[in-house]
Amino acid sequence: MGGETYTSFLEYKGKYKGLLAWLLSTDHKRIGLMYFYVIAVFFFIAASLGVLMRTELIAPGQTIMGPQMYNGLFTVHGIIMIFIIVIPGLSVIFGNFFLPILIGARDVAFPKLNLFSFYLFLTGALLAVASQFAGQGPPDTGWSFYVPYSVESSTNVIFALTAAFILGFSSILTGINFIVTIHRMRAPGMSFMRMPLFPWSIYATAWIQVLATPIIGITLLMVIAERVFSIGFFDPALGGDPVLFQHLFWIYSHPAVYIMILPAMGVVTEIFPTFSQKPVFGYTAIAVSSLTIAFIGYFVWGHHMFTSGTSYFSRLFFSLLTFLVAVPSAIKVFNWVATLYGGSIDLKPPLLYAVAFIFLFMIGGLTGLIQGALATNIQVHDTSFVVAHFHYIIFGGMGFAAFAGIHYWFPKMFGRMYHIRFANIAWGIIFTGFNLFYFPQLVIGMQGMPRRYFDYLPQFNTGQFISTIGAYIMVTGLVMMLINLMYASRKGAPAPANPWKGVTLEWQIPSPPPLENFDVIPEIKRRPYFFGENEPDKS
Amino acid sequence: MKNKESHITGYPTYAYVLIILLALTTISVAATGYHLGAYTVALALLIASIKVATVISYFMHLRSESLFLKVAVSGVFLIFTLVIIITFFDYLFR
Repeated sequence: MGGETYTSFLEYKGKYKGLLAWLLSTDHKRIGLMYFYVIAVFFFIAASLGVLMRTELIAPGQTIMGPQMYNGLFTVHGIIMIFIIVIPGLSVIFGNFFLPILIGARDVAFPKLNLFSFYLFLTGALLAVASQFAGQGPPDTGWSFYVPYSVESSTNVIFALTAAFILGFSSILTGINFIVTIHRMRAPGMSFMRMPLFPWSIYATAWIQVLATPIIGITLLMVIAERVFSIGFFDPALGGDPVLFQHLFWIYSHPAVYIMILPAMGVVTEIFPTFSQKPVFGYTAIAVSSLTIAFIGYFVWGHHMFTSGTSYFSRLFFSLLTFLVAVPSAIKVFNWVATLYGGSIDLKPPLLYAVAFIFLFMIGGLTGLIQGALATNIQVHDTSFVVAHFHYIIFGGMGFAAFAGIHYWFPKMFGRMYHIRFANIAWGIIFTGFNLFYFPQLVIGMQGMPRRYFDYLPQFNTGQFISTIGAYIMVTGLVMMLINLMYASRKGAPAPANPWKGVTLEWQIPSPPPLENFDVIPEIKRRPYFFGENEPDKS
Repeated sequence: MKNKESHITGYPTYAYVLIILLALTTISVAATGYHLGAYTVALALLIASIKVATVISYFMHLRSESLFLKVAVSGVFLIFTLVIIITFFDYLFR
């Protein structure tokens, strides 16, 4: 299709015109971009809330807001970031856009269901925002909605619970769609072991979405039922058990961490071979480790409850499994590094973000092991150490992988190139700001700084001050990145079909792709990441 | 997926399956009359699991599907079983 004239999915005019042509489109690429725009807007809203919180914490005592407002802000920040951005994020943006292309399909298995999932997502997202303004004020429970407080709080908890419930439905439908797409729509010759590793990660993620999300759905409904009808699921006075809520909540919400991180791992696994111009090291190990992480990830939820009064046997069991899940994660890290080793390294923005991902994910992972150990967990429980660990994994991991992915696939998605040097500078500022932002929180957390407090003792001031300055620096970098990408999407130089010399299927079609991706569905004859005719074919 | 012929199941088979499901429901209701303590839930879950397996096998035609799909669906049940057992460990040893 290389030099031929064609109509890209961006220019295609079908039954509807203008905005409707997007809002009613069942094309997986347009739906992927709609998710991208919505999630980007929410990301900057939630990040702004984070900046406000950091500003409050720049000095001890009340700075710009009182405790109730602070409680509302961290709850809203958490709900938006978790349920609207990081859980669906990479899966719905890059999964929708690139999964069909990477497996040689024209679309997902159920395009209309895909559009329906998007509108469910949008409904849930808007409801979550509405919960901040309607009725009794922003919910103040934290994103985890722990009982008994979520049953007793007079704020808009039901709004927020319903929003999370609807967002969960969207996630389940997307998961089903992706599983069926991968099973039924791979190109001829593309066996599972010839499938690129991003679809592998999406496959593992989709199974978690389908199997774990219904549990949180039911749990949130149970909280609503207890609030509205006083049914005693969790209230001991009514015969319930508050620890049961924590079990049910984390049975979903820990696997949800893998819903967030597995696609991120898939994204960087696509980037390393391209920017080192050699096949990915340990293809099978990376593919199998995705499934292993997904499987073991189901059984580690209890490590969120070490101080909740669960049985000693239970705590031992969960601690052991928490250490076990580090093994397949480390397998991936070793394989990524081995992929880079001896490669023809090209330090373009996608690789810079991907390498930063490894660095930050390692810090997040190792601080996770400190919390997986029963004794040290008690020391750092509910401190800013946990906040820093979580952000190293979620922002340093999923966030940086998202930035890596958008810089990697931007030329394909928009058909234009961004300014490489400007992107490199933005990366440096974001990376520096990020570490200044979160590393001090690991230190003051160890010293006993509690999380979710709007005030603190003077001894924590230095760490909090550095952290806030780091946040400002990081946000500066984020704004630079946003400006670069927004400008490039309209005025950037036209992108060639394969600007990075990639070898997977998305780079074999024009930028941006035509409506149905392929004129002729390709026949797959070997494993992906095959960079030269002289290399041995191991498929 | 196998060919369409393997999906054809006679009405008598569906009738037998229906009878089995009704019988299991009756047992499930009757079992609530006995005070089995913590085992009440275990028994209820066991009966429910048999019913689910029967429905999936016959009404949803899993028995006519490929081995891969059977293993995948079994894996789902394995995960849920383990989740429930692990949760109960907390309650039994607390």
